[in-house]
Amino acid sequence: MSVGQSIRRLEGHAKVTGTAEYIHHLRLPGMLSGKIHRSTVAHGRIVRIDSSAALALPGVHAVITIDEVLAVAPSPYYGPAFHDQPILAHRKVRYVGEPVAVVLASDPHIAEEASDLIQVEYDPIDPVFDEVAAARPDAPIIHDVLKPAGMFTDLKHLGGRSGTNVALDARLRRGDVSKGFAEADHVFEDTFTTGKVIHATFEPMVSLAELHGADGLTIHTASQSPSFVRAEVSRLLGWAENRVRVRTAHLGGGFGAKLYIKLEALVAVCALLVRRPVRIALSMDEQFYTITKHGATVRIKTGVTSDGRMIAREVETHWNGGAYADIGPRVTQKSGFTAAGPYDIEHVALDNYAVYTNEPPAGALRGFGISQLVWAYERQADIIAKTLGIDPIEFRRRNVLRKGRPHATGTIVSDMEIDAVLDLLEQRMDWRRPFDRGSGAIRRGRGVAIGLKACISPTTSVAMVLLYGDGSCALQCGTVDMGQASDTALAQIVSEVLGIPTASVRVVRPDTDVTPYDMATLGSRSMFHMGNAVKAAAEDVRAQVLRIAATSLGGGGVTELSELEYVDAEVVSSRGARMTLREIMLARFAMQAGTIVGVGSFTPSYKKPDLSTGQSADVTPFWMLGGAGAEIAVDTETGRIEVTRLVNVADVGRAINPASVDLQLTGAAIMQLGFTLFEEMVFSDGQVVNASLADYKIPGFLDLPADISAAYVEVPHSHGPYGAKGVGETGVFSPSPAIANALYDALGIVVRHLPLTPERVLRAIREADGRPLEDES
Amino acid sequence: MTDGSRRTIRFTLNGRTVTAGIAVFETVVEVLQREFALFGARESCGQGLCGCCTVVVNGTAVSGCLYLAAFVDGADVVTIEGLAAHGVLDPVQEAFVSQGGLQCGFCTPGFVLMTKELLEQEPHPTDDQIRHYLSGNLCRCASYPEIIKAVRMAADRVED
Repeated sequence: MSVGQSIRRLEGHAKVTGTAEYIHHLRLPGMLSGKIHRSTVAHGRIVRIDSSAALALPGVHAVITIDEVLAVAPSPYYGPAFHDQPILAHRKVRYVGEPVAVVLASDPHIAEEASDLIQVEYDPIDPVFDEVAAARPDAPIIHDVLKPAGMFTDLKHLGGRSGTNVALDARLRRGDVSKGFAEADHVFEDTFTTGKVIHATFEPMVSLAELHGADGLTIHTASQSPSFVRAEVSRLLGWAENRVRVRTAHLGGGFGAKLYIKLEALVAVCALLVRRPVRIALSMDEQFYTITKHGATVRIKTGVTSDGRMIAREVETHWNGGAYADIGPRVTQKSGFTAAGPYDIEHVALDNYAVYTNEPPAGALRGFGISQLVWAYERQADIIAKTLGIDPIEFRRRNVLRKGRPHATGTIVSDMEIDAVLDLLEQRMDWRRPFDRGSGAIRRGRGVAIGLKACISPTTSVAMVLLYGDGSCALQCGTVDMGQASDTALAQIVSEVLGIPTASVRVVRPDTDVTPYDMATLGSRSMFHMGNAVKAAAEDVRAQVLRIAATSLGGGGVTELSELEYVDAEVVSSRGARMTLREIMLARFAMQAGTIVGVGSFTPSYKKPDLSTGQSADVTPFWMLGGAGAEIAVDTETGRIEVTRLVNVADVGRAINPASVDLQLTGAAIMQLGFTLFEEMVFSDGQVVNASLADYKIPGFLDLPADISAAYVEVPHSHGPYGAKGVGETGVFSPSPAIANALYDALGIVVRHLPLTPERVLRAIREADGRPLEDES
Repeated sequence: MTDGSRRTIRFTLNGRTVTAGIAVFETVVEVLQREFALFGARESCGQGLCGCCTVVVNGTAVSGCLYLAAFVDGADVVTIEGLAAHGVLDPVQEAFVSQGGLQCGFCTPGFVLMTKELLEQEPHPTDDQIRHYLSGNLCRCASYPEIIKAVRMAADRVED
């Protein structure tokens, strides 16, 4: 009754009236505001920190450096994959903008003023910024020794490795790639790169911490991963997890920026040191120094038969992880193994390197590394198709993975509808109709692309559904609604199971004292994992209600469960007796009282890939497939691309809330449009020089394609809740190569670096014309 | 009352006359949050580029993260909280909910206030007019297509 309906989002009223709760708005009595003093050098040893002028400023309560931090966190290094990031710079700094000290003051303006008065003397070390250069043996070493976090067994072998900036080398081998290239009629080799971009969440990162006597600590934080924050802060302090409470509110955007530890460890140690509540809220520009998306260099070599069958593919990718690993090694491995694309290729060799550089740390950004790889393999696909004289969609059709065939990991493909997505893309693009490529200065082109992601595995979600004395109910789960409308979709599942209206389900904000464990809200995993957990929890409530009804219906005598049916929030017996949820609660607890707790937990099956071959019989709970088609007009005199049409297609399993699915697909595609055409962090000697929305442009209304739409294929996934799969990232996979393929279609030029700025396009046009522009001075 | 750095201002806030003690460098957003617990206008980019901080001063939408509180002394100020003061959503708010023209919601109050201003000036805007009028507001979740639908719907409703 509610699954499959475009039900309005539960918190819509609060959001349009400006009353929705965000941690950004939280003020605690007696709190101090913290302002971070940041490193001005990209790589260096800290010689001296002089806080005297800051401390002398009236209103300054304290200045915290690593020396103070060590008193409460003797081993101050954190991270989800490696314990490599100190709460504040420890002996060394590794990028411009790294937190070195924090000023605490009751007035945030005073804290800000004082943070500029801190003087730090550095002994500079040679920095390295490029991911390929940093991976060479002669590069300056950024971390003396690798320190895997231990949570991931496949990183254990890296422990203690020294003298390298390569944090992880992940391999996949299938077949014999050199044999494949020898048998191929054509071999194509290209290198594609992407710049660094950022999430730019509109609610910048914010965390507050307060103490509860000697018992514990509450962290209020705009976080996508409260359970992880609790575990990691507890570990840093040497406390049991139950002494740390982590709660969130609605998030003003996440996109991967607010995962793992960002400000949480810092506010926690500050609160412990000064015994007062502490709030640290970043400004927009500070987000540029906190977490980015990986820039990548992708070298891709593909062997093809003359009839257009890809038989060998070798991909070597260097991921620019910045100064701290964050989740980069996971991006490297979990996305890296999809680098051969959604294609059935006999011989595959993939090498992925997570590389430390002296740039701000890179982590997860909507798509988790996938869009960098799709950019390369789908851009090359059109070069191959054109060379062989095959239509781009037909070329893909000849090569896609079909059900029952092994993916490059060895996992047999199921529950993925690539052909149907290609058909839909072809139809939505009116691909068979004649296309006017223009004349004169403005030329037109069109292109398509498809991309594959494997949902990260293995991860766990736990949920509780509570039925109260009056028959109303609440959902307690750790999924963080940061705009994706997960509250609504998960409430729809409760509604579907219990037969109550979606709007009547109270969804409790994630709070580790209340909501059970959830791995995190990331990687499009929540609808599938938490959706299954919530469904099981609601079914548990329903089963308990039926058991109570069996003893209560018909005046005390026990009714057989088989005679009972649960219909629309009532239990009905085959003899016609019926009880509402409220009546069942009254029967059970003798008054309007009590709670029925339903619990659900979900962890998918998984087989760890072999370390040397990357082979696994069960590598992912579900495959995500997203395609895009673009039509563009390019001004050959300025290099400016106008995207006139952008079609986004996906395989979603089943849409729990169709309007939300549309919103996710187009929203993601527009975000990727920014990454494709203009978004790029610009660095000078490691310093971000465009750290503001004035200088780093994000898409606005005037950048919107005149025609943008989403469409999807619904074939229920065998293990998804009501057949659903995740969809939050699918829209980012393919727009970049689709647009670049349209440029290739229009002018035959190849731009190898994202974003496709007018300057890059114009340089490529002029180069193809034999009239290259002068180099940048 | 002034001592150089602090003063008391008096203004109309969502229809009520109020006073507030402020520092001269404080912005409207800071004062609305601290003195009146109104958080619907909030700072994001801090440069007046995203529109999350939009408030209406004497009938004109301004960037509350740049607009000094001292300047609203004697002015008429309307915030998002003033729109549905009696619990009934304004047609523009209703349209945003109904058309799903929001995701994380951080930018939404600004879009709602700008849409109201647009519809006051142009009750029947074309899509181009909508795009241009709202181009000073940004939505990182990129709910733009749905916002256009919401504005169209609000225009139809306001007309009735």
